[in-house]
Amino acid sequence: MSVLLNVENLKTYFRTYRGLVKAADGVSFSVNEREIVGLVGESGCGKSVSMLSVLQLISTPPGEIVGGKVLFDGKDLLQFDAKGPQMCSIRGGKIAMIFQEPMTSLNPVLTIGRQLTEMLELHLHMDKEAARERAAELLRLVGIPDPETRVHDYPHQFSGGMRQRVMIAMALSCNPRILIADEPTTAVDVTTQSQLLELMKDMVMRFNTSLVVVTHNLGVVARYVQRIYVMYAGRIVESGLSKDIFAHPRHPYTIGLLKCVPRLDEAQGRKLVPIDGLPPNLIGMPPTCAFLPRCGAKIERCTYEPWPALRLVGHEHYVSCYVDTQEMR
Amino acid sequence: MKGTQGDTLAEVKNLKMYFPVTRGLLRRKVADIKAVDDVSFQIKSRETLGLVGESGCGKTTVGRCILRLYHPTSGQILFNGHDISAMPERKIRPLRCGMGTIFQDPFGSLDPRQTAGSIVGEPLRIHGMVNRRDFHERVSELFRLVGLDPSMMDRVPHEFSGGQRQRLGVARALACRPALVVCDEPISALDVSIQAQIINLLEGLQEKLGLTYLFIAHDLSVVRHISNRVAVMYLGRIVEITSSQELYRNPLHPYTRALLSAVPIPDPVVEEKRERIFLKGEVPSPLNRPSGCHFHPRCQLAIADCSQVMPPLRDVGGSHEVSCIRV
Repeated sequence: MSVLLNVENLKTYFRTYRGLVKAADGVSFSVNEREIVGLVGESGCGKSVSMLSVLQLISTPPGEIVGGKVLFDGKDLLQFDAKGPQMCSIRGGKIAMIFQEPMTSLNPVLTIGRQLTEMLELHLHMDKEAARERAAELLRLVGIPDPETRVHDYPHQFSGGMRQRVMIAMALSCNPRILIADEPTTAVDVTTQSQLLELMKDMVMRFNTSLVVVTHNLGVVARYVQRIYVMYAGRIVESGLSKDIFAHPRHPYTIGLLKCVPRLDEAQGRKLVPIDGLPPNLIGMPPTCAFLPRCGAKIERCTYEPWPALRLVGHEHYVSCYVDTQEMR
Repeated sequence: MKGTQGDTLAEVKNLKMYFPVTRGLLRRKVADIKAVDDVSFQIKSRETLGLVGESGCGKTTVGRCILRLYHPTSGQILFNGHDISAMPERKIRPLRCGMGTIFQDPFGSLDPRQTAGSIVGEPLRIHGMVNRRDFHERVSELFRLVGLDPSMMDRVPHEFSGGQRQRLGVARALACRPALVVCDEPISALDVSIQAQIINLLEGLQEKLGLTYLFIAHDLSVVRHISNRVAVMYLGRIVEITSSQELYRNPLHPYTRALLSAVPIPDPVVEEKRERIFLKGEVPSPLNRPSGCHFHPRCQLAIADCSQVMPPLRDVGGSHEVSCIRV
């Protein structure tokens, strides 16, 4: 498996009137070919910002990508102008993205068909007729019944799950190398969620696309993802193969996350172990580990040393913590 | 107000709640949305009954009917032995003291211009529960009860985090010392690491104050965790109701099985071995529900009879009730 996308030390900061927000502060991750990668974290930890930075979709001001590299196909995407032709052909063409809220990412005044053909004409230079046929075919592929008539419908005529299916069709229309799904199923019901995730999995397998799933749902990650990155306060705190992270989590935050969610198969009467305190405010963060105020495993060293760098603790398993948490589980 | 364990605190019998669909200038009624259609269940004192289902299945409407925030179309709602389904508003008011509500949205459900103390104490003022002298003390007590510092009483909602706001919501629900608390998706708007804090708070309060919960949520793993019994709803009807242990070990209704299989378990090893059921299509509109068993167009076990008869809930033993002719 070769590396398709390699993000190195990405830094995206937002200048707000209250201070500098380091939304992504030295994020590094990679995506291999035909791999499903998960980026896990709570709201505000910088997972969406990292993904938007890859496609240079950060609005400047207030945001700014201040450093790092996004290597794709041997080129650093951050060297390209955000509005330039190279970036435009990659965005949607080579790297596609699905957003959380399908209603706000579809244009309400254009038909679904038009929104699909727009991409096909732009990226694949299809003529109108061919694009229209392809659009209907794509809709059928993602399981929308009666696609020939549905292409003339507007987004509001579709249900939430169907809209997300349209988004998937749209994202895959130009046969991208990577599909980034940013909380693709947060706004839908569980049965729809499992339908959509299964659809995405089938699609990426069929098209040989890599998939990056951004989510806060550990269950989704366990079911579909091969490799996991856990984010906290703008940094990756742990990464590794899915089976290793779930079996032997090493960062106190990851351990906490796994203990605080109720499981369907748990014994009756199990008490949840919540993570104390609150997610951090990203303004004016101290240089020490951001998880320190909530950490149950902290040692003296944590209080004065800077945020620990990721260190290798197992096969492809990295953790950013001074504490050896192996006995703690 | 509080019963002993095992007594029925609230009961719903053949509850129906239809919302009219109107059209045209004269707002002529053209159809009914049958949000809740012939639902019956009991809530025993000091237990947690979970109500689970996908959006639009009528679970919130059931909760609001029990609080009599809606005027039900027909059916009985018994609270502490009183039938409140047709009671006039002025008679319900004193009974409402015995019920609290926790809402889903910790942002929308708190008045941004009131102080936290005033929000939490509002039920006390409305019901005249305490005199002015004791007001401050009671509100402080409520703050401590939900794990908030009483010194935060003078702050306004935006100064609190999501989890703290939901604690305010819990404190407000408990202000009048209710017996029954309707929790309508109380944690779904919160961060994963905060959800457990609120779940544990609710569990602790139940033990301490002998509360009874109607816990409405769409997340089956949360509902199973907190509930003693679980009712599964689909398009306005209860399709299965049983103890939460039994629901996981021995789900009978095909919809319950599909719902359970759709909830991922955060463990790749377990996930690999699990049986998966995928439902066809989507939940139909409540305006245009399928005939017979509403689930039959999506059901893998459906036979011709399923589109003809609406199966009633029947007991299959061990107070496990299911509405399906195929099991």
